[in-house]
Amino acid sequence: MAEGQNVRKLVDIKNERLSFFTPAGEVKALNDVSIMLDEGEVLGIVGESGSGKSVTAYSLMGLTAHPGKLLDGTLWFNGHQIETMTEKEMRKIRGNEVSIIFQDPMTSLNPVYTIGNQIEEVILLHTDKKRKEAHERAKELLELVGINEPEKRLKQYPHELSGGMRQRVMIAIALACEPKLLIADEPTTALDVTIQAQILELMMKLKEKLGMAIIMITHDLGVVASMCEKIAVMYAGKIVEYGTAEDIFYHPKHQYTKGLIRSIPRLDTKEHERLVPIEGTPVDMLNPPKGCPFAPRCEECMKICLREMPPVTNFGDAHYTQCWLNQKEEMEGGTANE
Amino acid sequence: MLKYIAKRIGLAIITIWVVATITFFLMNMVPGGPFLSEKAISPQAQAALEAKYGLDKPLFEQYITYLTDAVHGDFGDSLKQRGRTVMSIIKTKFPVSARVGGISVLVALCLGIPLGCIAAIRRGKFIDSFISVVATCGIAVPSFVICTVLMYFFGVKLKLLPTLGLTSWKHYIMPVIALAFYPTAYIMRLTRSSMLDVLGQDYMRTARAKGLSQVVSIFKHALRNAILPVITYVGPMLAYTLSGSFVVEKIFTIPGLGGEFIGSITSRDYTVIMGTTIFLATLIVVMNVIVDIVYKIVDPRIKLK
Repeated sequence: MAEGQNVRKLVDIKNERLSFFTPAGEVKALNDVSIMLDEGEVLGIVGESGSGKSVTAYSLMGLTAHPGKLLDGTLWFNGHQIETMTEKEMRKIRGNEVSIIFQDPMTSLNPVYTIGNQIEEVILLHTDKKRKEAHERAKELLELVGINEPEKRLKQYPHELSGGMRQRVMIAIALACEPKLLIADEPTTALDVTIQAQILELMMKLKEKLGMAIIMITHDLGVVASMCEKIAVMYAGKIVEYGTAEDIFYHPKHQYTKGLIRSIPRLDTKEHERLVPIEGTPVDMLNPPKGCPFAPRCEECMKICLREMPPVTNFGDAHYTQCWLNQKEEMEGGTANE
Repeated sequence: MLKYIAKRIGLAIITIWVVATITFFLMNMVPGGPFLSEKAISPQAQAALEAKYGLDKPLFEQYITYLTDAVHGDFGDSLKQRGRTVMSIIKTKFPVSARVGGISVLVALCLGIPLGCIAAIRRGKFIDSFISVVATCGIAVPSFVICTVLMYFFGVKLKLLPTLGLTSWKHYIMPVIALAFYPTAYIMRLTRSSMLDVLGQDYMRTARAKGLSQVVSIFKHALRNAILPVITYVGPMLAYTLSGSFVVEKIFTIPGLGGEFIGSITSRDYTVIMGTTIFLATLIVVMNVIVDIVYKIVDPRIKLK
């Protein structure tokens, strides 16, 4: 436990490198990832499948199980140094100081136990509450996440509830011990659009009410734009651009971020205009290229991009990229890109 | 629920009737008869015997008579064991088999489920391979081999355990091991594979993310889901094991129902064949109903219709 840490700072991941050792070889899931998050802040992590979004968040909970191995870096969370903690110490934090909601609420609840049982379980585990108090608390939580007739719902099984309702239950479980940090791993991907909006709205409302920080993992830029204060864009196990929502959406610097934003469908386009994709496919994480992982797909690719990984280019306080192009511009002292 | 039970009882009666009918006609199609093997019998005496037991009547009439009697609870007298009714044979022999069989099933469950879980949790490790090898042996080796090996080592060589009869608790050890071997191995494999499936489920990840220890997440969250295939298997298996194994009973000279069942077939003891078959069929049907009800208790998603 480090008391010297800044109290306001909740998460501080520095230079995390994490690999999965699979039979096919080492998959470098995270390569030099750094993330900072203050209390009560909302961070969005966006990127394609396999870019390391979830792994970054899971590693904070010590959930990068068996084949995953942390190779380097420090992970601070709420005064705990995660990488030095034992499994037993981690268990006290999980579900308590940091909790998570998953993508698929249909399969994330145990089908053979009642909703009440599954909510009360986490309360009984982390607090001194007795069974009856836990039951009352569970009822409160269901009301909090907007489920009516909580007494009746507590006795129901997951298969008796709809998808949106189950995700609300997952949120209730996650919030049971008033965590400092809520990790939302694509919480709306498996839900239909109207329910998506309801769930996001609920999350924002609860954040205001309870003051927890949120890490929002998604590949939906719309979700990020509406919710997040800071955004990390990940590509092939690296954070290629990091900044405030305004930086990312109005002043993107990295070619990948620009591509992502170009690919969003717009309301003001002409009728038959096609969407603009980013050409190419993500890199093979078993054999990542030597240079910038995005170079093979980058329209502005230079020779050096294929040879060497670009260093960090800072644009002000909390906006940085890893791109040779930005390095070049900085050296030329211009902002020709804008 | 009441409607469901009524429906199941109706189905059970039909099942048992079908089994009885098929057995009755098959049994009579097989050459030979209860009074043919004894040489010293005169044709007059044989005719008299057949008349006494109604075997001289047309087959269909015999069938109707048998069914009418059976419905009234009269399963007739044994044709070969003088003065004993089929009911009294089942009543004295079944408890013996059921005791040995019941203990065996308990042993199989108590060993098979935990070992299967351990193999699944330690997947790919030495203990998993070891358990898999033992399980494969248990399924592949026939029970008479196990009986003989056990008897040779513990009975003859080491003289630790008695080899005949069922008079003390020591007598139970070898027959129980022999009877429990196959179901233990089978339950181990079933538990392992369904446990592996369950461990990969999303709700197991939720359990970990809640901060539950591995022991709690396995015993509370995984086992109840993984146990369903085992329940399916245990129902009919229990019926078979309780009604006795011919091989094990013969080798250890246990006076159980399994020996009676096979013995009656070789001696064409028609009434005993019918009685034991109907008894076993009833037992299996009852076990299946119990399995369905237990299923509903374990997994609330299942609806009984």
